[in-house]
Amino acid sequence: MTRHLDPLVQLLAPALLVVAVGIGSTFVSPSREIYFLNALVSVAMVVSIYVFIGNSGVLSFGQMSFVAVGAFVAGILTIPLESKRGVLPELFPVLRDHTIGNVTSLLLAAAAGGVFALVVGLPLMRLSGLAAGIATFAVLEVTHNILREWTKIGPGATTLSLVPETTDAAQATVGALVVLAAAFAYQRSRLGRRLRASREDPAAARGVGVNVHRERLWAFTVSGALAGFAGALLVHLLGSITTEQVYLELTFLTLAMLVVGGLTSLWGAVVGALVVSALDSFLIEAEQGVDVGVSLDLPQGTRLIFLGAIMALVLIVRPSGLTGGREFRLVR
Amino acid sequence: MILAALDAQTVADAVGLGAVYALMAVGIGLVFGVLRLVNFAYGQLVMAGAYTLAFTAHWRVAWSILACFVVVVALSLAMDRAVFRPLRSSSPAVMLVATFAIAFMLQAVALLVDIRDNTIGEIATSIAPLNQPTTVGGVDIRKITIVAVAVTAVALGLLALLLLRTTMGLHMRAAAADFRTARLLGVRANRVIAFAVLLSGLLAAIVSVMLTVQFPFVGPDFALRDTIVVLVGVVVGGIDRLWTATLGGFAIGFATGVINGALPTEQTVFLPSAVFALVILVLLLRPDGLFTWGRRAGERV
Repeated sequence: MTRHLDPLVQLLAPALLVVAVGIGSTFVSPSREIYFLNALVSVAMVVSIYVFIGNSGVLSFGQMSFVAVGAFVAGILTIPLESKRGVLPELFPVLRDHTIGNVTSLLLAAAAGGVFALVVGLPLMRLSGLAAGIATFAVLEVTHNILREWTKIGPGATTLSLVPETTDAAQATVGALVVLAAAFAYQRSRLGRRLRASREDPAAARGVGVNVHRERLWAFTVSGALAGFAGALLVHLLGSITTEQVYLELTFLTLAMLVVGGLTSLWGAVVGALVVSALDSFLIEAEQGVDVGVSLDLPQGTRLIFLGAIMALVLIVRPSGLTGGREFRLVR
Repeated sequence: MILAALDAQTVADAVGLGAVYALMAVGIGLVFGVLRLVNFAYGQLVMAGAYTLAFTAHWRVAWSILACFVVVVALSLAMDRAVFRPLRSSSPAVMLVATFAIAFMLQAVALLVDIRDNTIGEIATSIAPLNQPTTVGGVDIRKITIVAVAVTAVALGLLALLLLRTTMGLHMRAAAADFRTARLLGVRANRVIAFAVLLSGLLAAIVSVMLTVQFPFVGPDFALRDTIVVLVGVVVGGIDRLWTATLGGFAIGFATGVINGALPTEQTVFLPSAVFALVILVLLLRPDGLFTWGRRAGERV
């Protein structure tokens, strides 16, 4: 394999994986289709998180805030007008009296996530290390608190329901591919390379004139926009959502996917998202009783035990993740 | 408005909460010092202790508390052996995520154990009488507040003696300052780390006794919220040094207590936003910690 084809292979391998999952979803029973679609939306979320954490090397617990904002923007704006006044009477008039289409809502969610990330990132990107971790976590707390309590912009502590379930196999696949392509384009671009240089050696990168703050802000904004988009896919998949669903547990799960796959590569983000999703789906089935040669019927709640144990195991045995944090290559 | 609603009892409760949080901060800070590991699963140690107290509520109080100590310290050491030790050379991000995994795993285990009687949550009653108020100088103060402050003072005093006056303490301080050099000079890594983990386990056991008195209803997410708040306090205070971390833990506990006690519930719905916005502000202005002086802020390359 000639070297100049490497970039193509690096994009095609994860893209084919995503397409395979998308096609796979049409071959299973409707009750199991949800696992495949969930996996695709997870890919979108994890890749969006990877764009910032993977490229910058700065830990962030705040990316779920952008997923949440995207999900609620897209959700609230697509509920049919005739039912919106009944279920969400307290909304601001501009939100209450307008309804937009599916694709528009996806784009608007991406815009909302991007703008929010830009505003938050402007001061926050000066931090690194633990301070960055806690500060971004604080962003998640603030976002969650406001979404939960302010009923003029959303459903508050109740469930947002009646959202059109438009994320089918096609939309989930295309959505994940869009996020994948955007992340790939970013990391191959001049911006992405400069940021990766600062990840490997901040001092040297500064020495050759990289403005680390500005590069991190770019990545944070792109990541926020993609996360918002992924959130919109999520809400259109589930049809209803609460603020608790895009909070601590999902932050944990998506971070786990990224770390299990390998923090520093796009390939790792995709592999991690799919492997952990597959495992998770299997465990959910196993909790309800499944037949794998022997009949397996695990008690409720064993899912998180297995997931946690397997994640800890991967971290101990292969700290750089299943892919070793490298992009896909045909020849090692 | 806040000041007007403040009375001696609220302040006393806030000091009590601050004392408990300070102990948690020390437990987290000790392990961070030698391992550079932020232990997110610290709250699950406290939770395990609380469950032990709940399940042994019909035992004599002394035995019940002893069981709690045994369980928590054993779990703490097991965590070190099974997870922290293999991960010792990994990046802080990987270690933090690993403790995340352990935290969620332990919570799931707790749920599994708890749900056997078909209800979630157990009640630990045996030491609840300490929650009754007593009158000191005309002010009603809950006994547990006095106990918490006294226990914290004694524990911190003993810890300071240990760190400053014993060989093991010297080794621990050396390891916290520069682990590699300390090892070169003959400090035994495994012993120092195991000892720090042991101490942090003891502190977690003390915390579970004191928290269980105040909140006898024990569920799988017991102390989860407290751990998050303490972690924030520790980083805001300055995690690099034990005493700044402790002060940060106390400060955030005290602040939480005062604000919750002084404001009516309907006015506190946006309180978390205000608190965390303040946290962001402090981190931006003093990334090394609020109480850390004389060090250059910003990235250390």
